[in-house]
Amino acid sequence: MSSMNRREFLQILAAASAAGFALDSRLAWGAGKADAFYELPRFGNVHLLHFTDCHAQLLPVYFREPSVNLGIGGAAGKAPHLVGEKLLKAFGLKPGGIEAHAFTYLDFEKAAKTYGKVGGFAHIATLVKRLRAGRPNALLLDGGDTWQGSYTALQSKGQDMVDACKLLGVDVMAGHWEFTLGDKRVLEIVEKDFKGKVDFVAQNIKTSDFGDKVFEPYTMREMNGVKVAVIGQAFPYTPIANPRWMIPEWTFGIQDDNMQKTVDEARAKGAQVVVVLSHNGMDVDLKMASRVTGIDAILGGHTHDGVPQPVVVANANGKTLVTNAGSNGKFLGVLDFDVKGGRISDFRYKLLPVFSNLLPADADMAALIDKIRAPHLPKLGEKLAVSEGLLYRRGNFNGSWDQLILDAIMEVQGAEIGFSPGFRWGTTILPGQAITFEHLMDQTAITYPQATLTEMSGEQIKMILEDVGDNLFNPDPYYQQGGDMVRVGGLEYTCDPNQKIGSRIQDMRLKGKPVEAGKTYKVAGWAPVAEGAKGEPVWEVVARYLRDKKAIAPRKLNQPKLVGMKGNPGIA
Amino acid sequence: MEMNQTRRIVLRGAGSFGALSALIMAGVLKPTAAFAADWNKAAFEAKDTPAALKGLGAGSTADSKDLVLKVPDIAENGAVVPVDVISNIPNTTSIAILVDKNPTALSAQFSFANGAVPEVSARIKMGQTSLVKAVAKAGDKFYIAQKECKVTVGGCGG
Repeated sequence: MSSMNRREFLQILAAASAAGFALDSRLAWGAGKADAFYELPRFGNVHLLHFTDCHAQLLPVYFREPSVNLGIGGAAGKAPHLVGEKLLKAFGLKPGGIEAHAFTYLDFEKAAKTYGKVGGFAHIATLVKRLRAGRPNALLLDGGDTWQGSYTALQSKGQDMVDACKLLGVDVMAGHWEFTLGDKRVLEIVEKDFKGKVDFVAQNIKTSDFGDKVFEPYTMREMNGVKVAVIGQAFPYTPIANPRWMIPEWTFGIQDDNMQKTVDEARAKGAQVVVVLSHNGMDVDLKMASRVTGIDAILGGHTHDGVPQPVVVANANGKTLVTNAGSNGKFLGVLDFDVKGGRISDFRYKLLPVFSNLLPADADMAALIDKIRAPHLPKLGEKLAVSEGLLYRRGNFNGSWDQLILDAIMEVQGAEIGFSPGFRWGTTILPGQAITFEHLMDQTAITYPQATLTEMSGEQIKMILEDVGDNLFNPDPYYQQGGDMVRVGGLEYTCDPNQKIGSRIQDMRLKGKPVEAGKTYKVAGWAPVAEGAKGEPVWEVVARYLRDKKAIAPRKLNQPKLVGMKGNPGIA
Repeated sequence: MEMNQTRRIVLRGAGSFGALSALIMAGVLKPTAAFAADWNKAAFEAKDTPAALKGLGAGSTADSKDLVLKVPDIAENGAVVPVDVISNIPNTTSIAILVDKNPTALSAQFSFANGAVPEVSARIKMGQTSLVKAVAKAGDKFYIAQKECKVTVGGCGG
């Protein structure tokens, strides 16, 4: 099981330290030891490989995990709402090692230099091939948020990722950001590119007129003599969190009842293993697992939580494993079931971090990526500025990359307040690294990128902050949308997450002066969900700012003063 | 599809409609003069739920698990929020849908005659996050089921 591997792994680390190696790269490990890290003995007869939320990152990247991921109400202090040392302790991971680096923000800059970049499709491909070699007929599941997040994905309307996923050998896929390419494009890919190769499944997408299904709700595969059903769950709040006008004829939602019907149908048709490939977000998955019966595992994404081991949720008829497999190509989840006499007798799970220095690039995938990128290289490689500090996005309230975007849109547009969406995707830049146009697109590549300048009353500003705050901190996960708090520039405020909507946001101030409900303020923003929004793409605005500044000093994060969060293990 | 058939059966079975405000399924169900006959002015013009219930004659209501209300946790579009109500209470003769925070709380009332299946699907308009309530009448008693539906400004997700 995974503990065996962990023990081996710790021994390797200890040996390396004792020998006085600097742990940087394969040299320190020795090629054989690096390979041992990825040696995961086969267990059982049903094998599921799972990645999610890669956000179109074809190449290896740096990615810093959050230092603020608060759990409120029943979620307080439980996975995935654990950060730093608290996460390590909860999962029995050793501080200071490669796994601590993979799963936490701790000592990020130094560890990132030591262990190098993560992910990259050519490296994931090598890992998938190795695992498949030892796990015959394993299924590769893609949890979605795959066709969005990079310049090449935006330019090709997701085609680069579609081609890469087909080469990778994805078997089943769920979706979220995919839908921001528009309903017609999604159907084109599913009906043409994916036909007979990749099953795009979603039990919770229906036509809004008569409730007809849009996609197959699930797919049934036979693996090593066992019938396995994989049910798809799209992000339930896509038409709310993203532009509804791009998918005007479809309705989403959580749809517990229909999920139960789908599970029952799959069981009635002989499924011995039923899993859900979910884009709910982990908190919603945990609640769903407690309400819907008959699901063996929910393989989850959306909230980008790198959770080392599944949470086991009890429900009326049994137990369901709930996993979440991080983001940006950083992890590959491996779930093995041993099915005997038609029943699952045991399981093993490991969330493998993908360290690109420890996995050679797969030649075919590397060639495809080169081909995809070749026409765009001059544009992608443009050095806009050099960052003197660490630039990252993840965190409930702000990230230094978001602060940089806020600073840019406020200065360029002459606004006193800035709003930037609480997206959880976007890669990390180390101090001293150049910010290229590609890096900027990693943060901003969406199909509704308009930069906006709006006059808002103090009352409207408060209403928006309360609304987004409730999406994040409502104690009932079914009322949450995933994503983080809107990033706020200029405006200072206090936040009490334990309060109800209308009372969480307090003491709003601008340059020390209280914000007045009836007064009008100039607010810069981007990513408007309304149809027909006008404005320059936000990357053009930020690129101008970066070219002009040349050197980007470490950002001072504008974060709210928090109330009632003392002792919460979801904050550093 | 199964769903279409169900809905068509519902439309046939739903006997005489009392009145419909902010009706859904535009183009499928068209208001006709017949609707006006049963117009319960006091109930439909009531500003809040207690007054609307009084207008419906529902002085007191009892919670019932046999009254199933389906409404989204978060509305995709506050202008057309899908609401389904099924009453498994014997002899149900009417179902009303109310939204506490709407300017006029009563959104719709449906009457069922001659053993029609007491199941309705409607699209209602909601201005803000509110409790949505279904009230069923069976015999001379009233039963209630309720659920919060959130109306949000959107954006910022994921």
